[in-house]
Amino acid sequence: MLKIDNLHVKLEEEDKQILKGLSLEVPAGQVHAIMGPNGSGKSTLSYVLSGRDGYEVTDGDATLDGESLLEMEPEERAAAGLFLAFQYPVEIPGVGNMTFLRTAVNAQRKARGQDELSSGEFLKIVRAKAKDLQIDAEMLKRPVNVGFSGGEKKRNEILQMAMLEPRMCIMDETDSGLDVDAMRLVSEGVNALRDAGRSFLVITHYQRLLNHIKPDVVHIMSNGRIVKSGGPELALEVEENGYGDLLAEAG
Amino acid sequence: MSDVAVKSKDEVTPQVSGAPKAENALDARLAALPLPKGGWLADARAEALARLRDMGLPGPRDEYWRFTDPRPFNAPSAKPLPFEPAAEESPLFSADDKLTLVFVDGQFDAEASDDLSLDGIEISTLSGTQDQAEHWAKGLYGALELAGQNPVSRPFAALNTAAAQDGLLIRVTGKPAKPIHVLHRRAAEDADVVWHHVIRVEEGAEATLLETGMVGARSNGVIEADLAKGARLHMIAAKRAVDPKVGLSHVFARVAEGASLKSFVLSVNGNVMRNEAVVDMVGDDAVAHVAAAVLGDQNIGPFHHDDTVFITHGALRGESRQVYKKVLKNGATGVFQGKILVKPGAQKTDGYQISQALLLDERSQFLAKPELEIYADDVKCSHGSTTGAIDETALFYLRSRGVPYERAIVFLVLSFLADALEEIEDEGLRGQINDRLEAWLTTRASQ
Ligand SMILES: Nc1ncnc2c1ncn2[C@@H]1O[C@H](COP(=O)(O)OP(=O)(O)OP(=O)(O)O)[C@@H](O)[C@H]1O
Ligand SMILES: [Mg+2]
Repeated sequence: MLKIDNLHVKLEEEDKQILKGLSLEVPAGQVHAIMGPNGSGKSTLSYVLSGRDGYEVTDGDATLDGESLLEMEPEERAAAGLFLAFQYPVEIPGVGNMTFLRTAVNAQRKARGQDELSSGEFLKIVRAKAKDLQIDAEMLKRPVNVGFSGGEKKRNEILQMAMLEPRMCIMDETDSGLDVDAMRLVSEGVNALRDAGRSFLVITHYQRLLNHIKPDVVHIMSNGRIVKSGGPELALEVEENGYGDLLAEAG
Repeated sequence: MSDVAVKSKDEVTPQVSGAPKAENALDARLAALPLPKGGWLADARAEALARLRDMGLPGPRDEYWRFTDPRPFNAPSAKPLPFEPAAEESPLFSADDKLTLVFVDGQFDAEASDDLSLDGIEISTLSGTQDQAEHWAKGLYGALELAGQNPVSRPFAALNTAAAQDGLLIRVTGKPAKPIHVLHRRAAEDADVVWHHVIRVEEGAEATLLETGMVGARSNGVIEADLAKGARLHMIAAKRAVDPKVGLSHVFARVAEGASLKSFVLSVNGNVMRNEAVVDMVGDDAVAHVAAAVLGDQNIGPFHHDDTVFITHGALRGESRQVYKKVLKNGATGVFQGKILVKPGAQKTDGYQISQALLLDERSQFLAKPELEIYADDVKCSHGSTTGAIDETALFYLRSRGVPYERAIVFLVLSFLADALEEIEDEGLRGQINDRLEAWLTTRASQ
């Protein structure tokens, strides 16, 4: 599904290299986790994959089902099935959550040649999915993320993901800021979306999330590269011993 | 919104050169102006004309006209401006549940208008009453305009009082069941329209005034609004997108104890426009909110939009808000001059002012001059002015959800304007304005 090959990325405005030959492959149906110290480039990777301005790819490639993502506009990547749950979801005053979500869903449907959803159809689906995530109707009416608590913003990201039904979901620290119950809700939301045709790349600092969302592979990222990959036990090792030994071992 | 320093006025190059001598200009202007005489209006008109002769027209060095070239308003006649009646958009506000009054090139059209009678409100017109010797508005017509000439003179308002062709005289005595909707239409290509409304809202009464449509090739409008104790007046004006005219308007309001004035103006395009609001809060616990949302795209036509506001707190516990938002594109210019004056003794004043511009490119500019002048010690006053570009993070967030670029910009423009629209109290009317804005932005998005 997602294949990242020797990706080198620097900041456009500065001479600062952030990703330094990152390679990683997430096959269809799998969940991969990325862990790594602060500043190792995890969010940068998620932004570069989803098409944020300000970065320059100096070498390597990233493909979704064999198509290079790097030349596409962000909305084209979304239509191709890529989704990023933001580490810091953005507040947009004056734009209703529902209007925004319906516009996004229908824009993607249109780009894929599907019929747009009527407002009745859309409402029915969004209400059901919001209920599963315990997002109340009042919150849906408010402007995008405005006045939402940290945890509510993260749940709203998962609601968007559930509505847009992407094939490749990247989640950047969706667990940070969630209380225990919200963590369970979000994990259930993610697990409900798991299927053979959908993959996840879950960026996290904590092993706890991975108890709920069982990863197939855990990658350790440091200084712009994947330095070690392994099974779920790798996350336990990080939780217990920190990154010191792992990074020393990787050289 | 990333904040960029507001351009200081010293950086502005004077736009006026070779203007004719002030007195000659005024003579030429007056010579071209039909000056109605007679009836109950005669004294006020003559007095305003005398004041105008004293003041003269604004010249190139007039401080109050530093950011806006007064020449289009000084010129003796309007530049003809072709228009296509077919290009008229559907009415902004649905006709039902409104009392619609139609003005054609500034003249009241009784045939096209609804019946004037409505419970709780008395409506007459300048043209319909000018032959009478007496009218309830005698003593009020021109009086608030006159009061608003101090400390800054506003010659075009005096000119308006002297020369207004027509307008409404509205006395609100109760709570009329529907809003009054003034709908302007154009007929002649060179119509030079001078209209003047007087509104008196009696104690505890409440009314809503809507104003839409196209007003001539050039227009000069004055509203004098006198709010008695506990009165409430809501005014919403929406200037049409298909009306690239030269326009100037003044609102002069006097707000008595516990009364509340709410004014919102939507301006979409227009060539040179200046809207002045002069509000005098004379009673304790008075409330005045003035707001505007402005969209200017110079690819459609030249665009220069000036909001000039002067709010005076003269009593206890007054609350005033100025919320001005301008979206400027393709080299458009926005101007804001806003002042809060707190007189000695006006304690516990709560004054707020914000003016913001969203520049959609580097050629557009926003010139702002916010001012506070405070002579009381126990007050809360704040003002802020920002100029910014589209928030790249928000833009990316929307696009990452599959919202196409143009559509995402529309969302962010609406988001920017939201605070100004919030000043419209009535949810239904706010929704209609928002829908019109959205539709307009959507069709224009790709240009
Ligand atoms: N736009 C930018 N300008 C300057 N430095 C940047 C920019 N974007 C990223 N960086 C730097 O690149 C490095 C990687 O940042 P990134 O946010 O990708 O780290 P991260 O692994 O997500 O960290 P965390 O675990 O704290 O979220 C950091 O040193 C960061 O300061
Ligand atoms: Mg990060």
